Amino acid sequence: MTQKHLVEISGLSKSYGDVVALDDVSISIKENEFFALLGPSGCGKTTLLRVIAGFEEPDSGAVLLGGENLLSLPPHKRPINLMFQSYALFPHMSVERNVAYGLEREKLPKDEIRSRVKEVLATVGLMDKARTRPAQLSGGQRQRVALARAIVKRPQLLLLDEPLSALDRKVRAEMQLELKRLQHEVGITFVVVTHDQEEAMSMADRIAVMSLGRVQQVDTPVGMYQRPANVFVADFIGTSNMFEGVAVAGGVDVTSFGFLPAQDPTPAVTGAAYLMVRPEDVRIVDDGGLLTGTVLETQFFGGASTIAVQVAGHLAPVVLTCQGTANVQRGASVQLSWLADKAVMLAR
Amino acid sequence: MASTVAQGRGADKRRALGARTAFLGPGLLYVTAFMTIPILLVVSYAFLTRGRFGGVEFPVTLENFVRALDPIYLRVLWNSIFIASATTLLALLIGYPTAYAITRLPVRWRTVALVLVVLPFWTNFLIRTYAWIVLLNSQGPVNKTLESLGLIDAPLELLYTRGAVIAGLLYAYLPLMILPVYASIERLDRSLLEAATNLGASKFWSFITVTLPLTLPGTMIGAIFVFVPSLGNFIVPELLGGGKTVMVGNLIRDQFLKARDWPFGAVLALVMVLFLAGLFAVQAIVARRINGRGARA
Ligand SMILES: Nc1ncnc2c1ncn2[C@@H]1O[C@H](COP(=O)(O)OP(=O)(O)O)[C@@H](O)[C@H]1O
Ligand SMILES: [Mg+2]
Repeated sequence: MTQKHLVEISGLSKSYGDVVALDDVSISIKENEFFALLGPSGCGKTTLLRVIAGFEEPDSGAVLLGGENLLSLPPHKRPINLMFQSYALFPHMSVERNVAYGLEREKLPKDEIRSRVKEVLATVGLMDKARTRPAQLSGGQRQRVALARAIVKRPQLLLLDEPLSALDRKVRAEMQLELKRLQHEVGITFVVVTHDQEEAMSMADRIAVMSLGRVQQVDTPVGMYQRPANVFVADFIGTSNMFEGVAVAGGVDVTSFGFLPAQDPTPAVTGAAYLMVRPEDVRIVDDGGLLTGTVLETQFFGGASTIAVQVAGHLAPVVLTCQGTANVQRGASVQLSWLADKAVMLAR
Repeated sequence: MASTVAQGRGADKRRALGARTAFLGPGLLYVTAFMTIPILLVVSYAFLTRGRFGGVEFPVTLENFVRALDPIYLRVLWNSIFIASATTLLALLIGYPTAYAITRLPVRWRTVALVLVVLPFWTNFLIRTYAWIVLLNSQGPVNKTLESLGLIDAPLELLYTRGAVIAGLLYAYLPLMILPVYASIERLDRSLLEAATNLGASKFWSFITVTLPLTLPGTMIGAIFVFVPSLGNFIVPELLGGGKTVMVGNLIRDQFLKARDWPFGAVLALVMVLFLAGLFAVQAIVARRINGRGARA
């Protein structure tokens, strides 16, 4: 642990009647980190942000910001800014008045407000829209205003709730890069909520995967991809091939085709287990393969190809990727293999 | 190909327009017919000469307009505007907080509260106004209560005053303030208030800077809904003002029914219509500016 933790969330729980929105959530976020909260819709991401921002009271648990108890501060006094999923721009104010709003509440001198607003509008590239009303802006421009309004306050922590979900594909890719650049530039800790795993993987330093109000795993994108903590994470992040069986030493004993090798996990998995191997780790071999099947279809994506292989006794086709074009024909019989240390054993 | 698509779309648009007109038709026809025709009549009467037994005759004249500038009538107009404004202001001061409080109730109680607000409309307007005579007269419950509490020695002159007229109008039209204000507060996006809070605004400040401006158009509608019928009302001033407090409504009615001076009645009515049209125009402009459509801020 080289950097100190800015935010410490511990044992946070929150229910709405029978719905458990947050279930014993504990996460630590480092200073200047770009942190992503990733999970399917309804898993409690927004609720977590709302608790941190002070719009919801948790049933139990604590949130520390820089070692101080955050939950005891009223919402308008928290040194945290939230960028709303809907942007929540004030429709009756121009762009610059929206951005100045938070600074005016701090009762800063007028000159300072003006120069900081100007500066931040330049940062997000909206200088020429200063006097425009939100209703006359495009989705991408509104998103920038919302971002400008939040970062101009120079908060210790910036929470962004699905900041890019309302944008179309092309703009979204641009804004992912831009958010990352901005975070570097302003040096604020970002917590970005998303349900898009590619977005989280490409932007974040670390990711927390949530499901049904619980944190499933917190790790770097690479770590999470290579060593998913459980079946949910393995399935949610990237594409995976799963084989159901019983854990044995050095692999999984799969009912229909016997022993398949995998890395021995720590802590050890016993009993019912899955073997998970990523498509790019599966190779076609001439002989001595672990599995035999027939090529179902091949897809060429420019730089790489995907091959789906139907293996007898396994319901879903095994998917593998290779560089360039696939050198196999549909209907061909192939043998598949992988290195033991590329396959992960997961408890069932 | 492209042109067929465009044509198809054009036809779709026409069909949609057709369907909309079909629904609009009956209501619009009714309103236009029974709004336009009387207004046209009123406008034409205003320029004609008074008939001997009511009605109108030629020649065309501007005499009636000149007469409306007589201080006697201007005073009545001023008095009416004062009473209607006071009523509107009070309705605003009472109605806005009431509407705001209703939006903060749990959903089930909101409905109950709204039903209570419109409950007075279930009884006849005249009967409700008569009830105020009972309430306010020198032997009425208000005076009796004040006396028994020892707050006054002799009964107060409550009835047949300007205050009584204002109280009666306020009672009659307060729901017309509460309902549109309620609707506009209810419609307000709550995430805007959360955004204000998140940016450091206290509850009071977020109310002043967000809730108030964004509910202004609805509030102005409420104000117009109260002001318009208050200004034109002649029942309340007659019953609770005891004929001492004459308002434009009384004047207009008297011109048509008693003095049989239709052209002059028409002039007074026309002045009212123009005045109110002006109010609606102001409301529309404010609403546009607040929502940031069209004009730049
Ligand atoms: N105010 C609320 N009242 C009742 N249930 C709520 C409320 N807010 C959220 N929930 C429920 O809590 C769960 C988590 O919601 P949310 O945090 O919005 O999920 P996410 O942002 O990950 O999509 C969902 O099941 C949602 O229906
Ligand atoms: Mg959400």
